[in-house]
Amino acid sequence: MKPGSTSAACIALLRRDLLLVWRRRGDALNPMLFAIIVVALFPFALGPESAVLSRIAAGTIFVAVLLAMLLSLDALFRSDLEDGSLEQLVLSPHPLALLLGCKILMHWLTTALPLIVVAPLLAQLLLLPAKVLPVLLTALALATPLLSLIGAVCVALTVGMRRSGMLLTLLVLPLIVPALIFGAGACNAAQNGFAYSAPLLWLAAWLVLAVILAPLAAAAALKISLT
Amino acid sequence: MNPLVLWFHKLGSPPYFYRFAGRWLPWLYALALIAGAAGFYGALFAAPADYQQGDSFRIMYVHVPCAWMGLFAYLFMAANGFVGLVWRIKLSETLAMASAPVGAAFTFITLVTGSLWGKPTWGTWWTWDARLTSELVLLFLYFGVIGLYHAIEDRRQAARAAAFLALVGIVNLPIVHYSVIWWNTLHQAQTVSLVGPSKIAPSMLWPLLTLAFATHVYFFASVLARSRVALLELESGKDWVRTLLPATETLHD
Repeated sequence: MKPGSTSAACIALLRRDLLLVWRRRGDALNPMLFAIIVVALFPFALGPESAVLSRIAAGTIFVAVLLAMLLSLDALFRSDLEDGSLEQLVLSPHPLALLLGCKILMHWLTTALPLIVVAPLLAQLLLLPAKVLPVLLTALALATPLLSLIGAVCVALTVGMRRSGMLLTLLVLPLIVPALIFGAGACNAAQNGFAYSAPLLWLAAWLVLAVILAPLAAAAALKISLT
Repeated sequence: MNPLVLWFHKLGSPPYFYRFAGRWLPWLYALALIAGAAGFYGALFAAPADYQQGDSFRIMYVHVPCAWMGLFAYLFMAANGFVGLVWRIKLSETLAMASAPVGAAFTFITLVTGSLWGKPTWGTWWTWDARLTSELVLLFLYFGVIGLYHAIEDRRQAARAAAFLALVGIVNLPIVHYSVIWWNTLHQAQTVSLVGPSKIAPSMLWPLLTLAFATHVYFFASVLARSRVALLELESGKDWVRTLLPATETLHD
């Protein structure tokens, strides 16, 4: 691979971001911890009856995972903005959408993947029936990249703001509602013994669309907010 | 140049638009008032009571036009935002941002009247029906656009970012519209359609269409009035504003 080529730039970006996460690997566990705490609070609030818990398990896990990802979202470009490397990305000769796609991939790998790994534990905490677990994991695997992609567009719009946390939540949550409906809907359908492939396919179709469009949109948004 | 194209180009200039909007505003408000009065007369007195719902169905005459306007205002905002982003027309950005609060108000009225209507007919103020939920999501989208617009210092950059968000959110509009077909639960299916016969009696239909016309005219009047004020603020340093409003200068001195 030639140095200076676009693929070399992408790999360098991925390696740098991975290294940065590894150097501060304690922080990377925060979303996981947050999701576990949120899920653990529900039995305290609703009582330990297994019937109630297993009925709300899939939806609760979905909400906890989405909130945990949202928590880490506003840090997506922050350190890059502070040290000026975000402007270098915008100025670089490589397509900005591709570079941002790499950053979004890193966000998914470092926050969503640990959450998916910990999801079986969350499912056990809320007594989710074992037959639903594969559906839950599939739905999470399809819905979390959507949140990373759509969230990145919103983060790009709010980049450089002092306190963007609440605003970012307001921007992201309405856009991500269909992911929640389809994802949790698939789990509920599986739990009640209905066919669950249709909502999963909807999620997959939307994901395909978002993978293509969201990096382009994020690049356009970033150019608006950095001018 | 074609006179229509020339007029369109002229309209993009803030001072020209300011005068143009000022000329049209009283007429639009008057038209909205007259059409609204006629529509409400038809809705409250002329239309017969529904054989099933009695008089409570008359809330429809506020609810449905407002619901249409909530969607229409979003489309108008996104279209203007698109024009503003692509051709960098300042006026389109202003129009897009002026229509956001109006659209949010219409959506809010839709939700409130919907819950008032739901109590006597469905027996509950609120139900997590797909259509209600999508309307709520639409309201949150409006809030996001308005919030983003007010969170950024630079007015033009704020307008561009918020317009972009509106474009991203337009993905939601087809979901709002088709959700009634996809997840039809409690909410009644569409009864008025542009193509083919409507499933509503003509004596009940004409007040609805009159009121829909009135809300559209009111929307445009309100957006024009808001844009005039926004343009004055945006262009406060320019000559035409100074000659138009000499009093503000003495205020600043």
